[in-house]
Amino acid sequence: MITALTRKDILGTKELSVEEIELVLQTAESFIEVSTREIKKVPTLRGKLVINLFFEASTRTRTSFEIAGKRLGADTINIAASTSSVVKGETLIDTARNLEAMNPDVIVIRHSAAGAPHLLAKRLKASIINAGDGAHEHPTQALLDLMTMKEKKGRIAGLKVAIVGDIAHSRVARSNVYALKKMGAQVVVAGPATMLPRDFGQIMGIPVYSQMEEAIKDADVIMMLRIQLEREKQSIFPSLREYAQRFCLTESKVRLAKEDVLIMHPGPMNRGIEISPEVADGPYSVILDQVTNGVAIRMALLYLLAGGARDV
Amino acid sequence: MKVLLKGGRVVDPVQNIEEVLDVLIGEGEIEELGKGLKADPASVEVIDITGMVVFPGLIDMHTHLREPGYEYKETIRTGASAAAAGGFTAVACMANTNPVNDTRSITEFILRRAEEAGLVRVYPISALSMGLEGKNLVEFWDQKEAGAVAISDDGRPVMDSALMRRALEYAASLGLTVISHCEDLNLSAGGTVNEGPASIETGLRGIPSIAEEIMVARDVMIGEYTGAPIHIAHLSTARSVEIVREAKARGVKVTAETAPHYFTLSDRSVYEFDVNAKVNPPLRDEKDVAAIREGLKDGTIDVIASDHAPHAITDKEVEFEYAACGISGLETSLALSLALVFEGYLTLRDLVGKMSVEPAKILGVKGGSLKVGAPADITVVDLNREWTVDTRKFKSKGKNSPFHGFRLRGKPYLTIVGGKVVFRDVE
Repeated sequence: MITALTRKDILGTKELSVEEIELVLQTAESFIEVSTREIKKVPTLRGKLVINLFFEASTRTRTSFEIAGKRLGADTINIAASTSSVVKGETLIDTARNLEAMNPDVIVIRHSAAGAPHLLAKRLKASIINAGDGAHEHPTQALLDLMTMKEKKGRIAGLKVAIVGDIAHSRVARSNVYALKKMGAQVVVAGPATMLPRDFGQIMGIPVYSQMEEAIKDADVIMMLRIQLEREKQSIFPSLREYAQRFCLTESKVRLAKEDVLIMHPGPMNRGIEISPEVADGPYSVILDQVTNGVAIRMALLYLLAGGARDV
Repeated sequence: MKVLLKGGRVVDPVQNIEEVLDVLIGEGEIEELGKGLKADPASVEVIDITGMVVFPGLIDMHTHLREPGYEYKETIRTGASAAAAGGFTAVACMANTNPVNDTRSITEFILRRAEEAGLVRVYPISALSMGLEGKNLVEFWDQKEAGAVAISDDGRPVMDSALMRRALEYAASLGLTVISHCEDLNLSAGGTVNEGPASIETGLRGIPSIAEEIMVARDVMIGEYTGAPIHIAHLSTARSVEIVREAKARGVKVTAETAPHYFTLSDRSVYEFDVNAKVNPPLRDEKDVAAIREGLKDGTIDVIASDHAPHAITDKEVEFEYAACGISGLETSLALSLALVFEGYLTLRDLVGKMSVEPAKILGVKGGSLKVGAPADITVVDLNREWTVDTRKFKSKGKNSPFHGFRLRGKPYLTIVGGKVVFRDVE
């Protein structure tokens, strides 16, 4: 069992080892309690600076990182930047270098371009946490999903997890597939054929279905992905109406899964499109637990990267 | 002053020569080839090249010299200097400058600049459509009169099949070859890497191989229908090679080129978001790399061209999907191609065929042989010289190369254009 992260950055779940994932989950579990105190703050990261550099709109993830930093006593700064370096007139590297000149300990970055966090990680001394890069990875989301599964099911190994929706454009799907497979879960994915990358199953080593019902049969966990509404205009599927008819997680579909199935969604939800309101608010839904655990996971990562562990 | 190259092994497939011969150069032309030529030291500069090989001057038929308009990336002078250092005595330059080379005055401007540089021969390629917009044909005849050697909208594929047909018919009537950048823009839209493991791995939008193959098939069919010659630029996929192979077997007047990166690197090079490996068409998978090599070996692919695409660091040091496409290739093309010789895919004669004889033939320009009386365009190569690619030492302004740090074998020692030494390796 390792007790510290030796890596500088968290860029994806693909490169994390089983031991590292276990360490993050354990550390996060120990932080759950902090958020339930009356004074929800510990001084662990006092004097540390965390910059949230968000090039894409985000409420949940940005707020989650900010709260995580604050609960550990760090100073947190949020920067909402314009997406394109072309529009902005300053390159990403220049922006980041300027920020680094102010000595941050961690830079959390979300960017619509895949690989943007990797560019920073190569150039900067600060630790970089990927808060979502294009359709590439969203490692903190996957880690909080794993934490939620472990919390509710007591284990991850052996669980059948069905991920349903726009797999091709989903960083959440990729990060979850990598992490869940590593931890011994049985992962299957489903979506309209146009949203399943060619050879995805073969490359990832998982079953791929274009009928949702096959994927969620006997599932322990169903993870519904957000459908991006603009994909309709790109002719990636015929219409939202048809999408909802085939891929909306309704109560009748839930019955195909195991009796104690967990329903997850990374948010924000399109109610009535990929998930019915009854299911989203129903007894199997752990969607809000995911959000709660998100703060703990991000506290754990900030702690392990900036905190204490590397200093010990 | 005359020059005598002593002791080199001449490789000239056109004359069926591959033996140690001295080469006497006088008045800008090849004066004599022979064994143990004697020279009067007062009037002849003797250069001992024992152990080296002598090629007819190499011709790179696909480069981007960026001038006019993008002088911060490359100028005709720096590009010509890179060409000379890379062993090329002539380069053809694509029309995607700013303004686009779609009028006589731009062709004349390029030729004047090349003349001023006084290094290698520069052959302008005319745009196919005005402004590369894919709508109206350029004045091919006028461009040819001005000195353009081929027709291409390279960088901007011709999506309109009717326009492509007209261009082929009109160009063929003038003895000009159309060079086609094959890419279905609807299929490639938004893509930056090969579709498959590379796009799944990186989350970047993929460019499917069919984006290229469909257009290769279309252009071969238009070529077959019209009887006009067509040259396919930068083949990158296995199926493209097959399509060209089948077409050649049917007698279609199709020729094809590939670039060294397509037979050297696979799409694994972009897994870590290396912007220097971002190129269009994208690097493909291992099966494609193997097929490109086979296509070179069996003669399906006639030409190796660098697709030299220099960029400034500001165009590259950004997020992968915003980074410019292209590799600065003039100074590594020969050594990367020689690797195919050392690995047994090509003979030295094949290499000279693909880097000198065939480009000369397709473009209809001088060169490709060291016949007595031919212009003295000569490339002398030290095949045993091992060197490490250091982009900081490039003569090109473009330092964008995924080959930085590669250990390569074979380096130009002398580049001679019209009898004048334009590059000599002094290291």
